[in-house]
Amino acid sequence: MANDRTLYLSASGLTKVFGLGRHKTVAVNHIDLELYKGEVVSIVGESGSGKTTLAKILLGLISPTEGEIYFEGKKRDISSHKKKKEYWKNIQAIFQDPFSSYNIFNKIDSVLLDCIKMRGGGNLSKDEKTKLMAEACSFVNLKFEELTNKYPFELSGGQQQRLMIARIFLLKPKILLADEPTSMIDACSRATILDELMKLRDEIGMTVIFITHDIGLAYYVSDKVYIMERGRFVESGPPDDVILRPKEAYTQRLINDVPKIYEEWDLSTV
Amino acid sequence: MANVVLEVNELTTKYVTRFGEDVYAVDHVSLKLEEGKSLGIAGESGCGKSTLALSLMGYYFPPLHYTSGDIIIDGTNISKMSPDNVRKSILGTEIAYIPQAAMNALNPTQRIINFIEDVFEAHDPYKTKKEIYEIARQAFEFLGLPAEVLKKYPVELSGGMKQRTVIAISVLLSPKVLIADEPSSALDVTSQKMVIKMLRNLMDNGFIKSMIFITHELPLLYNVTDDIMVMYAGQIVELGTAQQTVFDPLHPYAKGLMGSIIVPEEGLRDVKLTAIPGVPPNLKKPPAGCRFAARCKYALPQCKAMPVDLRPGSNGRFYRCIFSEEELREAYKHGE
Amino acid sequence: MKHTIQQIFRSTNFVIGFVIFMAILLTVIIYPIIVSDPPLGIIGQGTFFPPGTYVSMYDSVGATAYTLNLRNAASNRIASRLDNQKRSDMQTWLVANGVPESEIDITDTEKLLAQWEANYDPQKKIPGMTFAKQRAYQRLDASLQGLLSKEPIIVAGQNPETGTLEQTGAINQTDYVNINHVANVQVLPLGTDNFGRNVLTELVTATRVSLQIGFVAGLVATLIGLSLGLLGGYVGGLVDDSIMFITNIFTVIPSFVLLILISFSIGQDQRGAFTIAMVIGFTSWVWTARAVRSQVISLRNRDHVNLSKLSGHSITHIIVRDILPYIASYVVMALILQISSAILVEAGLSILGLGPRTTEVPTLGLMMNWAMIYQAHLLGKWWAYFPVILTIALISFSLNLMNTGLDQVFNPALRD
Repeated sequence: MANDRTLYLSASGLTKVFGLGRHKTVAVNHIDLELYKGEVVSIVGESGSGKTTLAKILLGLISPTEGEIYFEGKKRDISSHKKKKEYWKNIQAIFQDPFSSYNIFNKIDSVLLDCIKMRGGGNLSKDEKTKLMAEACSFVNLKFEELTNKYPFELSGGQQQRLMIARIFLLKPKILLADEPTSMIDACSRATILDELMKLRDEIGMTVIFITHDIGLAYYVSDKVYIMERGRFVESGPPDDVILRPKEAYTQRLINDVPKIYEEWDLSTV
Repeated sequence: MANVVLEVNELTTKYVTRFGEDVYAVDHVSLKLEEGKSLGIAGESGCGKSTLALSLMGYYFPPLHYTSGDIIIDGTNISKMSPDNVRKSILGTEIAYIPQAAMNALNPTQRIINFIEDVFEAHDPYKTKKEIYEIARQAFEFLGLPAEVLKKYPVELSGGMKQRTVIAISVLLSPKVLIADEPSSALDVTSQKMVIKMLRNLMDNGFIKSMIFITHELPLLYNVTDDIMVMYAGQIVELGTAQQTVFDPLHPYAKGLMGSIIVPEEGLRDVKLTAIPGVPPNLKKPPAGCRFAARCKYALPQCKAMPVDLRPGSNGRFYRCIFSEEELREAYKHGE
Repeated sequence: MKHTIQQIFRSTNFVIGFVIFMAILLTVIIYPIIVSDPPLGIIGQGTFFPPGTYVSMYDSVGATAYTLNLRNAASNRIASRLDNQKRSDMQTWLVANGVPESEIDITDTEKLLAQWEANYDPQKKIPGMTFAKQRAYQRLDASLQGLLSKEPIIVAGQNPETGTLEQTGAINQTDYVNINHVANVQVLPLGTDNFGRNVLTELVTATRVSLQIGFVAGLVATLIGLSLGLLGGYVGGLVDDSIMFITNIFTVIPSFVLLILISFSIGQDQRGAFTIAMVIGFTSWVWTARAVRSQVISLRNRDHVNLSKLSGHSITHIIVRDILPYIASYVVMALILQISSAILVEAGLSILGLGPRTTEVPTLGLMMNWAMIYQAHLLGKWWAYFPVILTIALISFSLNLMNTGLDQVFNPALRD
């Protein structure tokens, strides 16, 4: 996977502080990051590491207390609603819980139509829209004829996540941020979702940021891995370096605590 | 031959829906658990593994109903016992069950030691508070939990600590079998490792005679249990030792499952994960033939026509497929 | 949506409440069509006529007489004039007068009357008998005159020439008229109130007005509460703080006191039913606003809201499409409870005399007010207040039952 070294997203000194005085918590602590076109990056951290806050800052849902974000070389400006809309044409997200990602009052058809509209396809004919929706569904191995007129919650968790991927297929953003996309899915269905995400990345040249606590997933799928602890990046680099030859104690502990099957899993270190 | 602690013969249990339909979530499951051995049950959600755990205790309440089959613990057949009888004489003392997210069972307004006193009150009311404290303290320390935990409230403990506390409490009455349903799925990796270590400790030191561990995370099973049983759509599709099931799976579903394991180990980045397309069948109207046939890439027309029985393989294994072991291994070699 | 409605109607609580409420509603709508009398029209001269069928005596006299020989006619006549209480009074007097008790049989009317005739002396004073009691016995004696007679009643008219009274007809004891031939028959199922108004007609109109007031007040309160709760909960920040500030002010002041003060200051002339409804609505939105706000706060961080933001939807779109439907069930229940409580509040205000003007339309509270002022409860005139209480209770009960039913549908944890 040759990376086109176009810098898509970069951040320097990102900080987010919640609360005041005694209750002050620094969720994100001076984070620097660089994201290139076509890369798959994983940010690995346990719960409380601040990775979800970081994700929301990158998405533009929360504004940072300090720090700058640059998108495609220029400073990111999301001061008005219009500018935010522009930004969100380029970056989209998939969240952890498929059941709460959908508005339960909307049918699958309107979910997909909404994406088509966002991409400017509001004026297409009904047939053209249906064709697009069917294409998106078949990309994730779902049949649109079986989904039409149903509600998302009638599907299984895995199917709903794949429907999310179908949405991304229609939205074609430059960057996709996937926040724990498989942690609430059964281990057996995870492979399907990861497969489809990677297929999508190949299809539209998308950059993917995985936020996860599953270091195995990070190892399998990423070009670059960031290890996050308490708001800071403690280590970063290619997966073979970070995961097979970790330098920091935190990273080493994290890797030791994951069950292994090919190697001996040493239980005495805990 | 080693002592058989738990024997299950053709157990069938069903859920009755609000509309009166029967869903056979556990369909003629048989297994034998020997003393000193642990069994892992793997499968996707909806395959019946949690229902099986509930059914094994013999504690049925609507909408779960017992249909047929035997459950024999150390020689006693408990399948015909009334729920009240089961609660008094089996739960906790013969079989201990730890449900998913068991840590939420701790009463937030009671200290841990009070909770333990309640447990003893229900099963062994003649012990004094001092005796109970002593038993609990010894058990906790042996299992790697500090004694101060006993005096604390649940809200003062972390998730991992709570889960380990619940596991420790469940073995205080010296049950013969421990059934743990996803004991570590809500925890971070470090706490998970501690829970696993504790469970191994319980087995290795004879605290419990045998254990059933239910999860969908295969790397965990491999590291904890001696045998692994794979369930699909309410039936056992494969049964064998952990080594056999993970590295030499026979049933196509088990093969797909093992092929979807992701571990951060050398060489894993180049391996293609296998994805199993489709969804499990609706158990309200189970298919006539093999239940996996619709998703199986090796399926033949006769797979869908006739039901398939569990058949013995080499080295004491069992699998549910019409093909022979050699045919299956051959197909896997040539497949992707 | 359709599935939800089906589920709602499967809940027994809801169905029972719905049936009762619909029965009330239909009565309120259909009754005025059938009976077109003005509700506050005074038809009785005199207070608190008991419920019953009122037959015009004037018209009965002139109507065609049919002769009926009924077996029980005589004894019914006597029984209505001489009930058991009077008989035992007679027995008491006779015993006190020296007649041995064993000889007195109060069930044998003729013998009793004969004994009475023989022994009664109005001048005789029995020791221990009060003057009032003595008078009572005299009245009793007078009422017994002609009890056993079989003489007809004479109807006399004035001779146009001589001016003297001449007999124009006679009414025999066996003469009956067919009630359908009598020109004027009025059924008053609930009698009249202290003013002489037909209580039933008044009640139906009062129910209608109270329901209208309740509905308007409930709607106003829910709308205000919903808007403030949505705005404060979703936008947060300074907007939320100011809204909470206003809400807290309204919480601290007891709403009923506020209501009384506003009502009083508006003055009697301005207090129409609609005005009162608005006033109630404007003072009871507080708990709805609070409840909606807390629901919205928990909803605004949900994944589907975030994804909606990422899709570029405006704030209005998100509030209306992603937040509002999730609290809709709650709001419907809040509305029902607001209506129920508004009806009760109006009743309370009216009892105190601070409700709508008394000259135009009655309300349930006003009827209670009148009954209380004119002491119907002390006089035992139950028909003036008991049906009103029952109606208020039924309305409240049916609305709350519907609410419980809805709650069971929207909150699966409560289903049995």
